[in-house]
Amino acid sequence: MTERTIRLSVNGREYERRVAVRWTLADFLRDELGLTGTHLGCEHGVCGACTVVMNGAAVRSCLLLAVQAQGAEIRTVEGLADGDTLHPLQEAFWEHHGLQCGFCTPGILMSFACFLEEHPAPSDAEIREALAGNLCRCTGYVNIERAVRAAVTKLAGGRAGAGPTGA
Amino acid sequence: MSRYVGQPVRRKEDPRLLTGSGRYVGDVRLGGLLHAAIFRSPLPHARIVRVDGSRARALPGVIAVFAPGDLGEVAPIPTTLAPRPALKACFQPPMPRDRVRYVGEPLAVVVATDRYVAEDALELIDAELESLPVVADARRGLAPEAPILHEALGTNLADRIVMSRGDVERALREAPRRIRGAFAVQRHTGVPMEGRGLLAAFDRGTGVLTVWGPTKMVHRNRSILADLLGYPEHLIRFIETDVGGGFGLRGEFYPEDFLIPWAAMRLPAPVRWLEDRREHFLATNHSRQQWHEVEMGVAPDGAILAFTDQALVDMGAYVRPNGFVAPDRTAAFLPGPYRIEHYAFEIACVFSNKTPVGSYRGPGRVESTFVRERLIDLVARELGLDPVDVRRRNFIEAGAMPYAVGTTAHGRPVVYDSGDYRAAFEAALRELDLEAARKRQAEARRQGRYLGIGFACVVDSSGVGPWESARVVVDRTGQVVVYSGTAGLGQGIETTLAQVCADALGARLEDVTVVHGDTGLIPFGIGSFGSRAAVVGGSAVFEAARKVREKAVRIAARLLEADPGDLVLEDGRVTVRGVPDRALTLRDLARAALPGQPLPAGMEPGLEATHYFHITDVTYPYGMDAALVEVDPETGMVRVLKYVIVADVGRMINPLIVDGQMVGGMVQGLGAALLEELAYDEGGQLLTTTFMDYLLPTAAELPAEVVVRVTEAAPSPGNPLGVKGAGEGGIIAVPAAVANAVEDALAPFGVTVTALPLSPDRVLGLVRASRR
Amino acid sequence: MKPPRFEYFDPTTVEAALDLLGEHGENAKVLAGGQSLMPLLNFRLIRPQVLVDLNGIGALAYVRPCDGGLALGALTRQRALERSAVVRERCPLVAQAVPFIGHAAIRNRGTIGGTLAHADPAAELPAVVTALGGTLVLRSIRGERVLPADRFFVSYLTTAAAPDEILVEVRLPGAGSRTGSAFQEVSRRHGDFALVGVAAIVSLGADDVCTAASVAVAGVGPVPLRVDDATRLLLGEKPDERTLAEVGRRVSEQLTPDADLHASSEYRKQVAGVLARRALGEALGKARGGGA
Repeated sequence: MTERTIRLSVNGREYERRVAVRWTLADFLRDELGLTGTHLGCEHGVCGACTVVMNGAAVRSCLLLAVQAQGAEIRTVEGLADGDTLHPLQEAFWEHHGLQCGFCTPGILMSFACFLEEHPAPSDAEIREALAGNLCRCTGYVNIERAVRAAVTKLAGGRAGAGPTGA
Repeated sequence: MSRYVGQPVRRKEDPRLLTGSGRYVGDVRLGGLLHAAIFRSPLPHARIVRVDGSRARALPGVIAVFAPGDLGEVAPIPTTLAPRPALKACFQPPMPRDRVRYVGEPLAVVVATDRYVAEDALELIDAELESLPVVADARRGLAPEAPILHEALGTNLADRIVMSRGDVERALREAPRRIRGAFAVQRHTGVPMEGRGLLAAFDRGTGVLTVWGPTKMVHRNRSILADLLGYPEHLIRFIETDVGGGFGLRGEFYPEDFLIPWAAMRLPAPVRWLEDRREHFLATNHSRQQWHEVEMGVAPDGAILAFTDQALVDMGAYVRPNGFVAPDRTAAFLPGPYRIEHYAFEIACVFSNKTPVGSYRGPGRVESTFVRERLIDLVARELGLDPVDVRRRNFIEAGAMPYAVGTTAHGRPVVYDSGDYRAAFEAALRELDLEAARKRQAEARRQGRYLGIGFACVVDSSGVGPWESARVVVDRTGQVVVYSGTAGLGQGIETTLAQVCADALGARLEDVTVVHGDTGLIPFGIGSFGSRAAVVGGSAVFEAARKVREKAVRIAARLLEADPGDLVLEDGRVTVRGVPDRALTLRDLARAALPGQPLPAGMEPGLEATHYFHITDVTYPYGMDAALVEVDPETGMVRVLKYVIVADVGRMINPLIVDGQMVGGMVQGLGAALLEELAYDEGGQLLTTTFMDYLLPTAAELPAEVVVRVTEAAPSPGNPLGVKGAGEGGIIAVPAAVANAVEDALAPFGVTVTALPLSPDRVLGLVRASRR
Repeated sequence: MKPPRFEYFDPTTVEAALDLLGEHGENAKVLAGGQSLMPLLNFRLIRPQVLVDLNGIGALAYVRPCDGGLALGALTRQRALERSAVVRERCPLVAQAVPFIGHAAIRNRGTIGGTLAHADPAAELPAVVTALGGTLVLRSIRGERVLPADRFFVSYLTTAAAPDEILVEVRLPGAGSRTGSAFQEVSRRHGDFALVGVAAIVSLGADDVCTAASVAVAGVGPVPLRVDDATRLLLGEKPDERTLAEVGRRVSEQLTPDADLHASSEYRKQVAGVLARRALGEALGKARGGGA
């Protein structure tokens, strides 16, 4: 029982792969599926660079075994944009200089993609607390918070626009 | 002409980084790739009896194990900065043969089919090491009984750096007041989010060795590798990848930068090594650890009459390529923005059995600023003056520029080129709203809360020469490519250089692409460090683009039968002034300049030009910081309520990027002030090898309010763009400003802050000691 | 930093899991949320031959009202505790403490059973369960036993659970009326393990006289410590600032914490008293307001 076949969905695509049971989900996504946007910054669950969304919840993919994702639906940074159209978070990070080296960025984007679904109108304090779960060594976080607030506004506008009365 | 320079344009790097399409060294995919792991010394000081890889080699999946004996004779890693030849004996070997000198020193390389197996194999390496006595604290490294790390040198004193001006002894003797202090800066370092890593592939047919991963100064690293391997330089190609932060540490030539390419030349397939987080703490340069004993002679009004410093710097176990930068710059920048006629600084650089040190963002400036700015607050306290006024009393006036400090940095005199320190300081006071802050402090104290205000004033240095290269090419599709000798470290160089090029050439920003860090495409380059890329690299791009512009205009003049003086090149189109429908695009002109086309007399074919921008002196940005903090004297917790940076970096190329550098540096500085320390036990074992123990700031530690004001009051006179470097200034003042604010908050207890980080334990210890 | 080799099983029933543990005993390790175990594996600080993953046992994830209190399935995620209305209502102390655990992504996976079985004395929930006087249900193929919290936590990272036992349920008494609770901690950064953490519960009679009080301190010893000798002072009293300060002083006095990288023994000792005073003050305030 040191290898298994697993089936899972990543960014809407189904995969079936044979995998060593000790492989982490992060290594599986990166090496086996070639989805290298998920980064490894510490491999002990602190930095958050490897954060992906599994079955709707943000999780550290370095602290999960690939076999634990059997049957799961995973979203990674590669699945965030809609084709060539960036997700509002991606747009806002670009607009507000919410990234520098970009290494922590995929984890932060996925954390907030999940967070904003649960908190469509977060307070500044809630944004800060959510961001505290990811380490960034370049930006000093201030522009990330700005970007998230901008994305919130944009997403709210989008929702209002889609409503029956329009914007 | 300044359509892009000065504008907060969005970064060209970002779309790929935001979509997971960046290519960091761990993301490069090559067929048959092998994975390396490194066996590291578990002991801080030991004689190597035997390193046996035979059990590891027998593990299925293991391709090779290389132990010290397998390497043959390899020279140690050189440094350009060693102050004396005898120190060659203390350079780090890629893998030691008879002695290890710090925990984490490489002792074997394992190569396997995947990293999991490689790590399994590490556990099967049999290393017999005979423990030796340890220098676990550099302060005891010069004691007669201390074990000697490098017997060939015969002492643990690597060097003594001395800088002085005037007659300090007399000035001190005659000073009305003399105030002493003793301060320590803790060992800490840059800790980028991505560890180091490299991938090396050897093509047996052509003999070409390709190395991906290292950045910062690929040309120099290629030269070092060529020398160490004894291999032709033209057969080695370095290719920079995206990197997860630099901060001075990444891109030094480390042991792995030899070991992995060396291994690749002996393997059937390419090999990659990725430094994991635990290795990173053990293997990558540490920095900053210093102890200072300082004294100032002052007049009753706070005028600084004399300044002395006896300091000791912990070098770690070897002299690494940038080991001497921090101690050198510490002495160079101790005087800071103040006019000090008499000073004497002496810095002993001492070996210890710890990870060797190198540069971390703002080397020497962070340390010297902490010491000087703390001492100035002590002076104010002793004299009963406002620390604001003591600073005002001593600033070098704008009219005194250029100002020779009298110190040297890297052997060259420190001469501040431009700056109005007083104006920047007053601006910082306004941004803080000093009066309101002091009122808030007084009100809080009535409620039993402890707020404090602290300042720190800094002169930074940037734009290290002696040259940088740029080649600007317009290809036949009209696209502009800038080949730069600088490096990308996440700072946005692909954007800033494109802005400079677009303006200088008259191209559209979206048509400009910056290529950097590939020795196969860029014959000569120096790189990105010491906040030099915009200053030196940007100036090279500016000049090269101007040459291309001139060439384009000359060709256009001929084709349009117009006078060059009547032509306008804008947005990638040349038009005749007043006749907008007569136009040629850069695409047209690039085609017209192809070899074989008729060209103006004496003109070389190709719409392209190369420029090497030479610069002799560095340029000096400056910054004035103010911090408002609250300290809980019952728990020792420090919260930063407001942090103000007023910085002057000359002319800005991209304000968005400059702002990002300032805030990012500031938060790193908060880490140094409050959280970060590479702690060793008394036996020389590193205790902080995880992110649970080495604490980086998170968003929760951010100041409640951050104000960054970047002024452009003092453009650099030394380069055509007027720019000064912005990469390091943000971090420099922070430990000092926060420490001064914490001491101010706890003034009712009469504490003196002498050491960092200001952990709750240390702060409460200060309060407790004051009550005894 | 990759896990060593192991065999992996993911049973879907408690019985199957118990069989596996019965078979492999000390060679097996139980994987719950993995937020502590996986780092240990990645660092190769532990090397079990067998990993028994409980995440497939849906029957172990529940929040159930029980005897006026709560029964919590061991696999209940910390995130679920944080969001549960019944947890807030019956055991507000749990809801108060959970936000101090790591960060959202950690709580999305971390379980109550996992954090209790890991038994880090600086963790939040062990102190909470200790303060509440909760009980823990352990099962093995040999049967089931129920232990009070103070007998479950044995030492640093050590519990009374045998190698073949699984912690399956945590039972917590409900908060009565006019009962207030609070959790306070000091950590180096938000989300870090506590340098010192304090869980406090106070109940008041009709005349504001304290009828019950309990404080457990995290980070000051090998297990979370109840400081009943100190809180006893409150019983039968109408506690004021001076009483609370005295309780704090006694808490501080009776502790002899170990030092580590992040804080000295002296620090922990002193701050435990401060936090006990503050947490009790906060809890009292809530109790006076009717409870929560």
